[in-house]
Amino acid sequence: MGWFKRLKDGIQTATRNKKDTPEGLWYQCKSCKQTSTMKELKENHFKCPFCNYHVRIGSYDYFDLIYDGNYKILFDEYQSKDFLEFKDLKPYTERLASARKKNDVTDAITVATGKVNRKPLTIAAMDFKFIGGSMGSVVGERIARAIDYAIENRTPFMIISKSGGARMMESAFSLMQMAKTSAKLTQLAKAKLPYFSFLTDPTTGGVTASFAMLGDVNFAEPKALIGFAGPRVIKETIKRDLPEGFQTSEFLLDHGFLDFIVDRSEMKERIADLLYFFDTKD
Amino acid sequence: MVFLDFEQPLEKLYEQLNKIQQVGQEGELDVEPMIKELETKIKNKRKEIYGNLSGWQKVQLSRHPERPYTLYYIEQMCRKFVELHGDRYYKDDKAIVGGLGSLDGQSVMIIGHQKGVNTKMRQYRNFGMANPEGYRKALRLMKMAERFSIPVVCLIDTPGAYPGLEAEERGQAEAIARNLFEMAQLKVPIVCVVIGEGASGGAIGIGLGDRVYMMENTWYSVISPESCSSILWRSWDYKEQAAEALKLTADHMHSFGIIDGIIKEPLGGAHSAPEDMAKILKRHIKKAIAELQEMSTDELLEARIQKYSSIGVYDEVAPTEEGQ
Repeated sequence: MGWFKRLKDGIQTATRNKKDTPEGLWYQCKSCKQTSTMKELKENHFKCPFCNYHVRIGSYDYFDLIYDGNYKILFDEYQSKDFLEFKDLKPYTERLASARKKNDVTDAITVATGKVNRKPLTIAAMDFKFIGGSMGSVVGERIARAIDYAIENRTPFMIISKSGGARMMESAFSLMQMAKTSAKLTQLAKAKLPYFSFLTDPTTGGVTASFAMLGDVNFAEPKALIGFAGPRVIKETIKRDLPEGFQTSEFLLDHGFLDFIVDRSEMKERIADLLYFFDTKD
Repeated sequence: MVFLDFEQPLEKLYEQLNKIQQVGQEGELDVEPMIKELETKIKNKRKEIYGNLSGWQKVQLSRHPERPYTLYYIEQMCRKFVELHGDRYYKDDKAIVGGLGSLDGQSVMIIGHQKGVNTKMRQYRNFGMANPEGYRKALRLMKMAERFSIPVVCLIDTPGAYPGLEAEERGQAEAIARNLFEMAQLKVPIVCVVIGEGASGGAIGIGLGDRVYMMENTWYSVISPESCSSILWRSWDYKEQAAEALKLTADHMHSFGIIDGIIKEPLGGAHSAPEDMAKILKRHIKKAIAELQEMSTDELLEARIQKYSSIGVYDEVAPTEEGQ
């Protein structure tokens, strides 16, 4: 079945073979190097059973973990194009084609709507596998439409960030998506609907400097890299080593930019709690 | 005079001119006709060079060491100006300046990146790279302007927001994001002009407005050509190619509809006739403010949100059974 079909029906993805989770039978942890089975990993919310390392997962994995079963994918029909005829070592068209071929998502963000403990929530989840989770026109447009959808249907809104920043191949257009998404979020705020910003590893650059830092509530997965400039650039600028734990979730919590850090196994419950508190029936 | 690499032919002509002038001063030789001829040559050469600048050459011009910066324009445009300092949380950032000025009787809040005019001042101004407190000072001034219905003018000229350790600790990303959020709903006209470098988040952090203009020899991009080269080409040597690929010139930005207009510079760039440049800039700003003041606050905000909501180019693919 082509993925466009899913757009209409609303889907149950729990049994689907996902391309953005580690393939095969075994998983070797990137952090502690211990080996576990894929089955154990999945049962443990894609966290290493030994060291609790949160494995990078895709948009659909988050939807599966957060929503009560069914959810509906929205705005997948908006797709990136190479309008600047951008070419570095590879043409942007090729990068797009290979990203589409390799992934189950159609751009660096996927929008879905569904229920969490029977309360409605619209989520836009980023995917690092799609050109580094970079934000181009489509990421901006899907977020804009997701916000319109949330306002129209009176649902709270959440963005799960996972991105290297703006998409260079769309130059100033990607830069302007920072302004676009922030401007759209003001409409959500005016409509008195809560916006949760959930930051996951990594969240950097123009994504952090726009919607990711603008949540009514900002929270993150443990030990995620979160920052504006990349650690390498900072190191080269200040010409000394960076302190241990710099630009991690824990660092941001300590400096006052996050409300809390949540373990992936408690993620759904925590989001459901927030939805409960904010559901004041106007 | 500082000559850029592509201005070498001009430099040679100026050298000749100097020599002839010296000869003229020393002897009785009538050098007047030769000087005239050379001056015509210089003018034509300059037209030739400046009529056909590449993206990278415009980047170089935008960084010309003699190019005027924010405080120069303020001084030229405003008969009165009071600089206001500090973000009220942490400190006063020297890379972003701001204050109340008067444009022929119209009060404005002018905010802009500030680069230094000599080695010492360049360090003092941190090369125009602001820290979070710079963006927070800018926001404080904008919110104050809003309370008193004073239009906001932002002059953009930065190689980027400062990528430092303390900048991260104090929330560089949050400061820029907050500005975007607040500027989207600020209840007074906002006019932004890129007067030099428009690099990425550091530029847009004070760059969301009802009218956005670029001076002719400036650039606006998601990343500097050098950084783009180092990331995508994995080498620092492709900055010229990166500058072309990024399509970062004022002409490009205008053709994309991302900016509202281009402000012409005197022949030879803003630094060749800074007073004229300031006059042209002032005319544009005054005109934009006057137009925006015709609109009601609701219309203004509606148009602003609409303007930014519509930026983006993408395909709309009809859902099919086969997929792509």
